[in-house]
Amino acid sequence: MKIADIAALLDAKVYSGKDMMDKEVHTACGCDLMSDVLAFVKDQAVLLTGLVNPQVIRTAEMMDIVCIVLVRGKAPTAAMIDLAEERSLALLSTEQKMFSACGLLYNAGLADGGTM
Amino acid sequence: MPPLTLHFDVSTDDFSCAGEASGSVKRTLKKLGFAPDVIRRVAIAMYEAEINMVIHANGGVIDASITPEEIIIVFADVGPGIPDIDLAMQEGWSTATPEVRDLGFGAGMGLPNIKKYTDDLQIKTQVGVGTTVTMKITAK
Repeated sequence: MKIADIAALLDAKVYSGKDMMDKEVHTACGCDLMSDVLAFVKDQAVLLTGLVNPQVIRTAEMMDIVCIVLVRGKAPTAAMIDLAEERSLALLSTEQKMFSACGLLYNAGLADGGTM
Repeated sequence: MPPLTLHFDVSTDDFSCAGEASGSVKRTLKKLGFAPDVIRRVAIAMYEAEINMVIHANGGVIDASITPEEIIIVFADVGPGIPDIDLAMQEGWSTATPEVRDLGFGAGMGLPNIKKYTDDLQIKTQVGVGTTVTMKITAK
Protein backbone atom coordinates (compact mmCIF):
# COMPACT_ATOMS: atom_id res chain seq x y z
CA MET A 1 0.00 0.00 0.00
CA LYS A 2 1.25 3.49 -0.81
CA ILE A 3 1.10 6.46 1.56
CA ALA A 4 -1.24 8.03 -0.99
CA ASP A 5 -3.65 5.09 -0.46
CA ILE A 6 -3.56 5.66 3.30
CA ALA A 7 -4.31 9.35 2.82
CA ALA A 8 -7.23 8.44 0.53
CA LEU A 9 -8.65 5.67 2.76
CA LEU A 10 -8.58 7.90 5.82
CA ASP A 11 -9.48 11.08 3.94
CA ALA A 12 -6.42 12.54 5.63
CA LYS A 13 -4.83 15.93 5.37
CA VAL A 14 -1.14 15.78 4.45
CA TYR A 15 1.02 18.14 6.51
CA SER A 16 4.44 16.97 5.37
CA GLY A 17 5.93 14.51 2.92
CA LYS A 18 3.79 15.44 -0.08
CA ASP A 19 6.63 14.08 -2.23
CA MET A 20 6.47 10.71 -0.43
CA MET A 21 3.02 9.66 -1.55
CA ASP A 22 4.37 6.85 -3.75
CA LYS A 23 6.34 5.27 -0.90
CA GLU A 24 5.24 1.72 -0.04
CA VAL A 25 4.30 0.72 3.51
CA HIS A 26 3.47 -2.79 4.65
CA THR A 27 2.60 -2.63 8.31
CA ALA A 28 0.92 -0.34 10.81
CA CYS A 29 0.83 0.27 14.53
CA GLY A 30 -1.81 2.18 16.50
CA CYS A 31 -0.32 3.48 19.72
CA ASP A 32 -0.28 6.49 22.03
CA LEU A 33 2.55 5.18 24.13
CA MET A 34 5.92 5.95 22.51
CA SER A 35 7.61 3.55 24.95
CA ASP A 36 5.59 0.71 23.43
CA VAL A 37 6.42 1.84 19.91
CA LEU A 38 10.11 1.67 20.85
CA ALA A 39 9.63 -1.75 22.42
CA PHE A 40 7.50 -3.53 19.86
CA VAL A 41 7.43 -1.99 16.40
CA LYS A 42 9.48 -4.09 14.05
CA ASP A 43 9.13 -3.29 10.40
CA GLN A 44 9.07 -0.05 8.43
CA ALA A 45 5.60 1.00 9.37
CA VAL A 46 2.84 3.55 9.65
CA LEU A 47 2.24 4.91 13.13
CA LEU A 48 -1.31 5.94 14.04
CA THR A 49 -1.44 7.97 17.21
CA GLY A 50 -3.50 10.43 19.19
CA LEU A 51 -0.39 11.87 20.77
CA VAL A 52 0.67 15.29 19.49
CA ASN A 53 4.20 16.36 20.40
CA PRO A 54 7.63 16.38 18.69
CA GLN A 55 8.62 13.13 20.41
CA VAL A 56 6.18 11.35 18.07
CA ILE A 57 8.34 12.46 15.14
CA ARG A 58 11.58 11.57 16.95
CA THR A 59 10.27 8.13 17.92
CA ALA A 60 9.25 7.55 14.31
CA GLU A 61 12.72 8.57 13.14
CA MET A 62 14.39 6.09 15.51
CA MET A 63 12.14 3.25 14.36
CA ASP A 64 12.36 3.98 10.62
CA ILE A 65 8.64 4.65 10.60
CA VAL A 66 7.93 6.44 7.33
CA CYS A 67 4.43 7.78 7.92
CA ILE A 68 2.58 9.16 10.95
CA VAL A 69 -1.18 9.55 11.07
CA LEU A 70 -2.69 11.73 13.80
CA VAL A 71 -6.21 10.52 14.60
CA ARG A 72 -9.39 12.30 15.74
CA GLY A 73 -8.62 15.35 13.63
CA LYS A 74 -5.67 16.46 15.70
CA ALA A 75 -3.46 19.01 14.00
CA PRO A 76 0.32 18.83 14.37
CA THR A 77 2.23 21.76 15.83
CA ALA A 78 4.45 23.88 13.57
CA ALA A 79 7.50 22.35 15.30
CA MET A 80 6.26 18.85 14.45
CA ILE A 81 5.69 19.73 10.79
CA ASP A 82 9.17 21.27 10.51
CA LEU A 83 10.80 18.27 12.16
CA ALA A 84 8.84 15.83 9.96
CA GLU A 85 9.93 17.69 6.81
CA GLU A 86 13.52 17.76 8.02
CA ARG A 87 13.50 14.01 8.70
CA SER A 88 11.62 13.12 5.51
CA LEU A 89 8.56 11.72 7.25
CA ALA A 90 5.01 11.86 5.97
CA LEU A 91 2.75 13.50 8.56
CA LEU A 92 -1.00 13.08 8.08
CA SER A 93 -4.10 13.88 10.08
CA THR A 94 -7.48 12.15 9.85
CA GLU A 95 -10.86 12.85 11.42
CA GLN A 96 -11.26 9.10 11.99
CA LYS A 97 -10.97 7.76 15.52
CA MET A 98 -8.09 5.42 16.34
CA PHE A 99 -10.20 2.24 16.22
CA SER A 100 -11.85 3.12 12.92
CA ALA A 101 -8.65 4.36 11.30
CA CYS A 102 -6.84 1.12 12.23
CA GLY A 103 -9.84 -0.93 11.03
CA LEU A 104 -9.94 0.79 7.65
CA LEU A 105 -6.23 0.20 7.04
CA TYR A 106 -6.39 -3.39 8.31
CA ASN A 107 -9.30 -4.17 6.00
CA ALA A 108 -7.37 -2.67 3.11
CA GLY A 109 -4.53 -5.13 3.73
CA LEU A 110 -2.04 -3.46 6.06
CA ALA A 111 -0.50 -5.92 8.50
CA ASP A 112 0.22 -5.61 12.20
CA GLY A 113 3.55 -3.87 12.59
CA GLY A 114 4.22 -4.87 16.17
CA THR A 115 6.02 -7.86 17.53
CA MET A 116 6.40 -9.23 21.01
CA MET B 1 42.27 4.06 13.02
CA PRO B 2 41.18 5.99 16.14
CA PRO B 3 37.49 5.83 17.00
CA LEU B 4 35.18 8.55 15.82
CA THR B 5 34.00 10.39 18.91
CA LEU B 6 30.91 12.52 19.30
CA HIS B 7 29.94 14.63 22.29
CA PHE B 8 26.49 15.99 23.17
CA ASP B 9 25.24 18.22 25.95
CA VAL B 10 21.68 17.24 26.74
CA SER B 11 19.60 20.07 28.11
CA THR B 12 16.47 19.52 30.11
CA ASP B 13 14.95 22.88 29.34
CA ASP B 14 13.03 21.67 26.35
CA PHE B 15 11.64 18.15 26.26
CA SER B 16 10.93 18.53 22.56
CA CYS B 17 14.70 18.47 21.93
CA ALA B 18 15.15 15.11 23.66
CA GLY B 19 16.27 12.74 20.95
CA GLU B 20 18.39 15.26 19.08
CA ALA B 21 21.64 13.46 20.02
CA SER B 22 20.21 10.04 19.20
CA GLY B 23 19.01 11.25 15.81
CA SER B 24 22.41 12.73 15.09
CA VAL B 25 24.25 9.48 15.95
CA LYS B 26 21.74 7.48 13.93
CA ARG B 27 22.33 9.62 10.84
CA THR B 28 26.12 9.44 11.35
CA LEU B 29 26.02 5.61 11.52
CA LYS B 30 23.91 5.55 8.38
CA LYS B 31 26.44 7.72 6.54
CA LEU B 32 29.25 5.46 7.74
CA GLY B 33 27.45 2.48 6.23
CA PHE B 34 26.65 0.40 9.32
CA ALA B 35 24.14 -2.43 8.89
CA PRO B 36 20.48 -1.37 9.38
CA ASP B 37 19.92 -3.66 12.39
CA VAL B 38 23.01 -2.23 14.15
CA ILE B 39 21.81 1.32 13.50
CA ARG B 40 18.35 0.42 14.77
CA ARG B 41 19.66 -1.10 18.00
CA VAL B 42 21.86 1.92 18.68
CA ALA B 43 19.02 4.34 17.86
CA ILE B 44 16.48 2.68 20.18
CA ALA B 45 18.86 2.14 23.11
CA MET B 46 20.31 5.61 22.83
CA TYR B 47 16.95 7.35 22.49
CA GLU B 48 15.57 5.55 25.56
CA ALA B 49 18.64 6.57 27.57
CA GLU B 50 18.49 10.14 26.31
CA ILE B 51 14.80 10.40 27.26
CA ASN B 52 15.62 8.96 30.70
CA MET B 53 18.34 11.55 31.13
CA VAL B 54 15.93 14.38 30.35
CA ILE B 55 12.97 13.19 32.41
CA HIS B 56 14.82 11.90 35.46
CA ALA B 57 18.15 13.69 35.73
CA ASN B 58 17.86 17.23 34.38
CA GLY B 59 19.97 16.38 31.36
CA GLY B 60 23.65 15.48 31.21
CA VAL B 61 26.37 14.63 28.72
CA ILE B 62 26.60 11.89 26.12
CA ASP B 63 29.84 10.63 24.57
CA ALA B 64 29.79 8.21 21.69
CA SER B 65 32.81 6.31 20.41
CA ILE B 66 32.44 4.62 17.05
CA THR B 67 34.69 2.06 15.39
CA PRO B 68 33.78 -0.39 12.62
CA GLU B 69 33.63 -3.13 15.28
CA GLU B 70 31.59 -1.51 18.03
CA ILE B 71 29.70 1.54 19.21
CA ILE B 72 30.17 2.58 22.83
CA ILE B 73 27.97 5.30 24.28
CA VAL B 74 28.37 6.79 27.76
CA PHE B 75 25.57 8.81 29.39
CA ALA B 76 26.61 10.76 32.47
CA ASP B 77 24.28 12.80 34.64
CA VAL B 78 24.30 14.41 38.05
CA GLY B 79 20.67 13.50 38.70
CA PRO B 80 19.04 11.79 41.68
CA GLY B 81 20.56 8.35 41.03
CA ILE B 82 18.69 5.03 40.95
CA PRO B 83 17.99 3.63 44.47
CA ASP B 84 17.22 0.07 43.33
CA ILE B 85 18.66 -1.01 39.97
CA ASP B 86 16.99 -4.45 39.99
CA LEU B 87 13.61 -2.78 40.40
CA ALA B 88 14.41 -0.22 37.70
CA MET B 89 15.28 -3.04 35.28
CA GLN B 90 11.82 -4.60 35.67
CA GLU B 91 9.45 -4.07 32.77
CA GLY B 92 6.63 -1.75 33.76
CA TRP B 93 8.32 -0.24 36.81
CA SER B 94 8.51 3.53 36.49
CA THR B 95 8.88 6.65 38.59
CA ALA B 96 7.92 8.99 35.75
CA THR B 97 5.55 11.85 36.54
CA PRO B 98 2.02 12.07 35.06
CA GLU B 99 3.33 14.91 32.83
CA VAL B 100 5.95 12.60 31.33
CA ARG B 101 3.32 9.87 30.83
CA ASP B 102 1.14 12.37 29.00
CA LEU B 103 3.99 12.79 26.53
CA GLY B 104 3.92 9.07 25.75
CA PHE B 105 6.77 7.91 27.95
CA GLY B 106 7.25 6.53 31.44
CA ALA B 107 5.80 3.08 30.80
CA GLY B 108 8.71 1.43 32.54
CA MET B 109 10.14 -0.02 29.33
CA GLY B 110 13.23 2.18 29.01
CA LEU B 111 15.93 0.25 30.83
CA PRO B 112 14.59 -3.21 29.84
CA ASN B 113 14.50 -2.01 26.24
CA ILE B 114 18.07 -0.69 26.47
CA LYS B 115 19.23 -4.03 27.86
CA LYS B 116 17.43 -5.89 25.10
CA TYR B 117 19.11 -3.96 22.30
CA THR B 118 22.66 -3.66 23.64
CA ASP B 119 25.45 -6.24 23.87
CA ASP B 120 26.76 -4.84 27.13
CA LEU B 121 25.17 -2.47 29.63
CA GLN B 122 26.84 -1.07 32.74
CA ILE B 123 25.01 1.22 35.15
CA LYS B 124 26.92 3.02 37.87
CA THR B 125 24.68 5.01 40.13
CA GLN B 126 24.72 6.67 43.51
CA VAL B 127 21.68 8.23 45.10
CA GLY B 128 22.04 11.99 45.25
CA VAL B 129 25.19 11.96 43.12
CA GLY B 130 24.24 10.78 39.65
CA THR B 131 24.20 7.95 37.17
CA THR B 132 26.55 6.83 34.42
CA VAL B 133 25.19 4.41 31.84
CA THR B 134 27.64 2.76 29.46
CA MET B 135 26.28 0.74 26.58
CA LYS B 136 28.06 -1.24 23.90
CA ILE B 137 26.62 -2.40 20.63
CA THR B 138 28.74 -4.80 18.60
CA ALA B 139 28.61 -4.30 14.85
CA LYS B 140 28.41 -7.83 13.51
